[in-house]
Amino acid sequence: MTVSEVNKYIKDMISRDGILSGLWVKGEISNFKNHYSGHFYFSLKDEKSVLKCVMFRSNASLLPFVPEDGMKVIIRGYVSVFERDGQYQLYAEEIQPDGIGALYIAFEKLKKKLEAEGLFDAAKKKKLPYLPKAIGVVTSSTGAVIRDIINVLSRRFYNFNLKLYPVQVQGEQAAGQIAAAVRRFNELDNVDVIIVARGGGSLEDLWPFNEEIVARSIYESRIPVISAVGHETDFTIADFVADVRAPTPSAAAELVMPERAVVENRLDSLKLRLRNAVMKKTAMERLLLRKIEGSVAFRQPLNKIYQERMLLDVQKKYMQKALSALNTNYRNKLSLLAATLDTLSPLKSLARGYSITKSKKDGSLVRSVHAVSIGDRLEINLMDGRLGCTVESIEEDSNG
Amino acid sequence: MDNNEVTFEQAMAELEEIEKKLEKGELTLDESINFFRRGVELTKYCNRKLDEAERSITMLIEGENGVIEKELPELDQGR
Repeated sequence: MTVSEVNKYIKDMISRDGILSGLWVKGEISNFKNHYSGHFYFSLKDEKSVLKCVMFRSNASLLPFVPEDGMKVIIRGYVSVFERDGQYQLYAEEIQPDGIGALYIAFEKLKKKLEAEGLFDAAKKKKLPYLPKAIGVVTSSTGAVIRDIINVLSRRFYNFNLKLYPVQVQGEQAAGQIAAAVRRFNELDNVDVIIVARGGGSLEDLWPFNEEIVARSIYESRIPVISAVGHETDFTIADFVADVRAPTPSAAAELVMPERAVVENRLDSLKLRLRNAVMKKTAMERLLLRKIEGSVAFRQPLNKIYQERMLLDVQKKYMQKALSALNTNYRNKLSLLAATLDTLSPLKSLARGYSITKSKKDGSLVRSVHAVSIGDRLEINLMDGRLGCTVESIEEDSNG
Repeated sequence: MDNNEVTFEQAMAELEEIEKKLEKGELTLDESINFFRRGVELTKYCNRKLDEAERSITMLIEGENGVIEKELPELDQGR
């Protein structure tokens, strides 16, 4: 194996280690060098040992302070190997002054744990009541916080109902008392929202709100909880678990109670809109009714009848006219026919000397000599009477 | 109408629902008027609810027989 291969192998081994790839290391800074490149080079030591450290510019530039020799710190980072020198070192990503740093680590640890357990789930957050009948407050009975809350509430909605559960908000006892108060409100079930509040302070001051017992009491609360701890920039575990985080106690009071004037305005405007909507509806219907009332059909209901009757009259006239025309026509035809008939009348022929011969047997007209036989009896009709005859002879015309 | 069962929030929500329905204008005249009546009742109810709550500021103290409520006059600066 070459030297490079050994160093590379060691580097690979180390980078595969779960502990070394992300850890917090506590110690004192020595040999601090702020390189012109922006990287920090230094050592971290305790009573017995020294660890080489580097912090690259990308992380170093985010530090709110410049480390110096002798400073006690806690460093978050990973251990890796600088292959060229065969040197393992701590690659620092974050540096916290010790003390606060310890709390910070505890904070991060608990935050991660509770987050993994689902205590921060957005889906679990309860909705705040719009107009709480009673507001529970967990904070100190002395000091500005409760005063601020009462002042803001009084301004927004005078007739509110507030129940204060006084607790210590810092020190050893605080976390237990806060958790107990939240649980007590849930037992008593006499408020419909809880504000857990504390004024601004150092990280240590706000510490009770980073305790697991407080987080659990808030998570388990059936009553919605608003956290209002410290200033706007302070975030506590309680803030993450609470249903709503208010940046300050005064803000919590604003969140929990609507301004009465606003509610009243909303109500008034709703009422007005309701009225307008109904009035619009009735006005529209009325307009429609007017239109129908004013329509021709309703204004002159007999019009149609008159019109039909007029039509009928005209029709009648036509018919009469047609009928009389028809009459005249027939009359003319008739007289013409009568005249023709007259010329055709056999009586006229009889008068001129013609006669009509019928067979006596069946009354049929005799038109031909072939229709009779000798001895047949015939009836001959003349102008003024009839002759009974018997056929004596039959002579047929030669050209007949 | 039994308003005892209705919370302020429910009343407000119903009111807003009614307002939407009415403004859409798709209801019959009878329906509109019925909804309007209900709406007016609800606004009255909501206004009453706003007045109903008594102002009280108390402190809970754990006594031997449970919690006692005590007035907090010294903090009551809102007047």
